[in-house]
Amino acid sequence: MPGERRRVIVYSLLVGVILLAAWQALVGGAPAGKGLPGPLAVARTAVEMLSHPFYDNGPNDKGIGLQLAASLGRLAVGYVAASVVAVVAGVVLGLSPFLYRAVNPYIQVLKPISPLAWMPLFLYTIKDSSTAAVLVIFMSSLWPTLANTAFGVASIKRDYLNVAAILQLSWPRRLVQVVLPAAAPAIVAGLRISIGSAWVAIVAAEMLIGGTGVGYFVWNEWNNLALTSVIFAILAIGLIGVLLDAGLGRLSRRLAYSE
Amino acid sequence: MAHLEIDHVSKAFPTPDGRGEVWVFRDVAFSIARGEFVTMIGHSGCGKSTLLNIVAGLERPSAGGVVLEGREVAGPGMDRMVVFQNFSLMPWMTVADNIRLAVRAAHPDWSRRQVAEDVARYVAMVGLGGAEAKRPAALSGGMRQRVGLARAFSTQPKVLLLDEPFAQIDALTRGVIQDELVRMWMAGRNTVFMVTHDVDEAILLSDRIALMTPGPEARLAEILEVKIPRPRTRAELIDDPEYLRLRTHILKFLVDGGLRPTGDEHELAVSTGRHPVLVRGTDTTGGTRP
Repeated sequence: MPGERRRVIVYSLLVGVILLAAWQALVGGAPAGKGLPGPLAVARTAVEMLSHPFYDNGPNDKGIGLQLAASLGRLAVGYVAASVVAVVAGVVLGLSPFLYRAVNPYIQVLKPISPLAWMPLFLYTIKDSSTAAVLVIFMSSLWPTLANTAFGVASIKRDYLNVAAILQLSWPRRLVQVVLPAAAPAIVAGLRISIGSAWVAIVAAEMLIGGTGVGYFVWNEWNNLALTSVIFAILAIGLIGVLLDAGLGRLSRRLAYSE
Repeated sequence: MAHLEIDHVSKAFPTPDGRGEVWVFRDVAFSIARGEFVTMIGHSGCGKSTLLNIVAGLERPSAGGVVLEGREVAGPGMDRMVVFQNFSLMPWMTVADNIRLAVRAAHPDWSRRQVAEDVARYVAMVGLGGAEAKRPAALSGGMRQRVGLARAFSTQPKVLLLDEPFAQIDALTRGVIQDELVRMWMAGRNTVFMVTHDVDEAILLSDRIALMTPGPEARLAEILEVKIPRPRTRAELIDDPEYLRLRTHILKFLVDGGLRPTGDEHELAVSTGRHPVLVRGTDTTGGTRP
């Protein structure tokens, strides 16, 4: 209903205005340079940063655009690698109930480990901090996709597999035409959870490794006591998280089917 | 030599507590000639759908075997296509894609164009022109089963296995699709083994009707020959004395001989007049009754 939609938008804007006003009121009393910066100060920084997003004045002074690009690059490599591994392993486990039951205890133990806990081992073995950060992303986006894929494949309706068996479809064709499309909604749900947790993990990983990335940027600006930049970066991280999720949301709507 | 032979097939399932086993049916033996249309009728739980799955190769018999053209059935194959009660269409595929999947499987050496032409032919045959790009969820039950029939016929199987194919289709559409089935069967003369609850449907379509006693421990009681000349029409059938004789015979069997004294879990809905007679209940294709 368009009327309802309009009301939602109005309410949403209203909540935004109230939040901004509350923020301004809370920090407004403090003199400039002391206390938390208010929304106006952050907005000024935002305009300034967004007008030169890609400048590069050496290792400790790069534009926010470059920093975000560095983070997204790491995310892409780690996430894509993890997704490929997770979908392949998930399909294998989903098709074999015995293997699934044998492997599941290990997955359950590995799943709740914070991906950052692996960092020392990665640093020690690989001795390259940027690769270690990518591996942290890998670990953070592995389990949700793996678990969802295995579940999705294991719960494919018997009927579809029966039809595939009667038609004597070859294994590659069975996989592409039946198993993957049947499990696609569950797989994409896993991919969606994974990209969220990967984006959460990258900020923390970059704070640890330093060098480049939005996480490093946040930490560096804190060291400079540039809190407006920190707050702006926080907002940018949130916004990009929304965009990543929306992209996979579109994919999931395209692959959804009703019986 | 028999075309399709069901050779003393028995099926047992483990009991729910896992300690024993229940024989759903025992020693079912009959054969079907090439091009013959044979229907099996019986109460829910007599294992007739299980038997159909065994012929399809989707389930293994506990004893006995199925022989098609002198070779024992060891698993599913393209010479035996199934039309499922719940249609079993791929919901993420369009109507055309569902049929294309079968055509390509049957003719792996065909070009894209040959496949497309064949798909179009079968779409037209079941009157689905215009719905090619729709997904099954957008179709009625009758339309979906037309896709199921087109998919099955498009592979030109030796044997068609129909598992209560009209049970989930409204009564008015059912008649139309039954006629389409007969037309397609007359044209291709596939051997057909059908399982149903519907007495009228069985008489209208079949050359012979196999009657099963209720399960567990179901047995093949008798096989009736339907000596009504084809083509048969519903209108003529109603006044045909042979039809009335068969109908009464089967109903008596299902009501008197069919029910064991303790078999009160079989809900029996026998309507009067010209409505189809249905024996309702859930089928035990994958388990046993308490």
